[in-house]
Amino acid sequence: MSFTNLMLAVLVIGALYFIAGQRVALALRSGNAGKLHSLPHYHGLWAAITSALPALIVLLTIVIGKDLLFQFWARDYFPQDILNGDAVDRAIALAKVSNVVNGIDFGQVEPWVQSAGDAWIRWEANAVVVANSLVLAVSLVGGLLGYRRINPTFRSRNNVERILTWMLIGSSLVAILTTVGIVLSVLFESIRFFKLIPPQDFLFGLEWNPQFEGAERAGSGGGTATYGMVPMFVGTFLISAIALTVAVPIGLFSAIYLAEYATPRIRGVVKPLLEILAGVPTVVYGFFAALTVAPFVKSVGESMGLEVASESALAAGLVMGVMIIPFISSLSDDVINAVPQSLRDAAYGLGSTRSEAVRQVVLPAALPGIVAAVILAVSRAVGETMIVVMAAGLAANLSFNPLDAVTTVTSQIVTILVGDQEFESAKTLSAFALALMLIVTTLALNYFALQIVKKYREQYD
Amino acid sequence: MEIVVSDSMVQNTNQVEGRAVPEKTLGNIHVDNPRMTARNVDVFYGDKHAIDNISLDIGASQVISFIGPSGCGKSTFLRCLNRMNDTIDICQVEGEIKIDQQNIYDPAIDVVSLRARVGMVFQKPNPFPKSIFDNIAYGPRIHGLAASKVELDQIVESSLQRAGLWEEVKDRLDQPGTGLSGGQQQRLCIARAIAVSPEVILMDEPCSALDPIATAKVEELIHELREQYTIVIVTHSMQQAARVSDRTAYFHLGKLVEVGETKQIFTNPQHELTQDYITGRFG
Ligand SMILES: Nc1ncnc2c1ncn2[C@@H]1O[C@H](COP(=O)(O)OP(=O)(O)O)[C@@H](O)[C@H]1O
Ligand SMILES: [Mg+2]
Repeated sequence: MSFTNLMLAVLVIGALYFIAGQRVALALRSGNAGKLHSLPHYHGLWAAITSALPALIVLLTIVIGKDLLFQFWARDYFPQDILNGDAVDRAIALAKVSNVVNGIDFGQVEPWVQSAGDAWIRWEANAVVVANSLVLAVSLVGGLLGYRRINPTFRSRNNVERILTWMLIGSSLVAILTTVGIVLSVLFESIRFFKLIPPQDFLFGLEWNPQFEGAERAGSGGGTATYGMVPMFVGTFLISAIALTVAVPIGLFSAIYLAEYATPRIRGVVKPLLEILAGVPTVVYGFFAALTVAPFVKSVGESMGLEVASESALAAGLVMGVMIIPFISSLSDDVINAVPQSLRDAAYGLGSTRSEAVRQVVLPAALPGIVAAVILAVSRAVGETMIVVMAAGLAANLSFNPLDAVTTVTSQIVTILVGDQEFESAKTLSAFALALMLIVTTLALNYFALQIVKKYREQYD
Repeated sequence: MEIVVSDSMVQNTNQVEGRAVPEKTLGNIHVDNPRMTARNVDVFYGDKHAIDNISLDIGASQVISFIGPSGCGKSTFLRCLNRMNDTIDICQVEGEIKIDQQNIYDPAIDVVSLRARVGMVFQKPNPFPKSIFDNIAYGPRIHGLAASKVELDQIVESSLQRAGLWEEVKDRLDQPGTGLSGGQQQRLCIARAIAVSPEVILMDEPCSALDPIATAKVEELIHELREQYTIVIVTHSMQQAARVSDRTAYFHLGKLVEVGETKQIFTNPQHELTQDYITGRFG
């Protein structure tokens, strides 16, 4: 049986155990065994879980573990010089072997590759046999053990509850561990980068010019590569600042309108529309920025006698601002709505007009939440890639002028990693260092936002 | 005050809960010196007829309490008196309500200044999440009642003093009003209402979220405030109505069944519904 079929078989066995467990419980109930502790379907679930859960865990372990094991075994076939070589050589050797295993023919292969491949195919076949017998045995025996514990006083309900709790914990662990894994891998690559380029050059360097590296190697000279991240972070914050200038007032005012002024009918139409705006893929905003807004900004600027780059920070920032409006308006609308009606009543009861109540009571009460919404929008803007790749240009100018072309951290990462990479070069590794800085920045922003929201939550009982 | 029972006997009756709700209010709806007068008031929430043809005088410098089972329209009628119902979209008010001979539903009347004249205290204490000082100063500021900082300080101090809260908070005026205890918060809300010098103060079950000691303090305060203000209080507690009010009005299913001097209502109710309610047969 293939692994997919094996999984199906496990599920079927589990289902059968469910029926069996439920029936035996029903029989116990109708017999004179006294009152059951748990309802019959809990007994069924208990039997099904004891059958399927361990079997699925074993199956998963085999599927994930076997390749690691085979890679380790395959080394016995590698010639000595590859074993002594670096990680890249070993990766290439493994790739050759796996081509043989998968029957991909690149012509004549070395004899050791062929024999390693043959061995691998043998191991695969054995693995399937082992998996079949082991998994089926576990599911049958596990289910049987669970099934035999069913009796009137057996607390299936509590046990199922406990298992469910663990499954939920397991799921959230997967999410957390993935995040930790990503951060760690970025961290380790960044450390490798900092071995090549001193951190202070990276953190405080005012010039970004990784392109020279290739030229240098090719022997054409032309200066050294420089890796100062400042121009990109300035670009990122310049564009984000422009975006916020657009999005904060518009988003906030529309939130106030929706929450305080709009009739339910208007609100029912406008709010979903704003949320659709949040669902537009950023690549659409990107070509909107590049094809419509940027030329428009340029022509308006030039008609006013200003010098405008054709990929100006202003155009990218404006469009990014439009993109984050729904964030700010939707989140602010929620926090404004969360301000208790009793506070509005108090304000109106004292003779406030609507705008007085909004300005002096509702907004101050909602302010922490609104600030949190803005910070979340900032971290969204800082991490935004598509719009800036398409509209902001690639020149790493250190400039605060919104009419200049600037570049951002994210678009540089894209530029560096698009196309063929040498994995050992400082240029490629610099993408990880940039990503690390970006993660740190957005993490810090999100942390502040959460702290503010937490404080805000404590405000009303 | 003389009690008129004469012509208002049952003419045409609706059968409700086996008891007759009178078509016309029993007792005397009039007072000698009215501050507010309501005539033939009807209130609808959409299709729901929440107040059915109620007429009632609110006497100047008196406390009148509204009692009656839940959902009978006490809050709704109370909220008509300062047009708080305007904030509910589906709510529609008909009839005539006057304050000092001026119709409050007249388009020429500014609802904002009406609410400064007819203040309100709510069921649940609802101080603003601002400092104690700013809570009291809110009303005077928006209505421009204080010409200077000194004057504002005076208003804040005298309001807190009249609400009996000054001694407890004078050293922490800059701390949030939400940090006070429930009873203190409610007295803060009363002080906040007093700060705009209203003529009438409406209180909707002001003690229902308070413990007995805090309740006693608020009742004492109401007792003192009756000298200067006209007070309308909705209450669930018969004892409270008996303790604090001069007149009592009994509501039932959107109608005003009976109104009269508190002593008379509690010792000698005219209508059997009133009788049943005050003796606790339903509630
Ligand atoms: N905002 C509202 N929308 C619709 N119906 C309401 C609203 N407020 C009150 N009502 C209805 O009006 C009636 C009177 O309510 P209310 O004045 O709050 O009664 P009470 O204060 O005496 O308990 C009730 O039946 C209630 O359901
Ligand atoms: Mg009420």
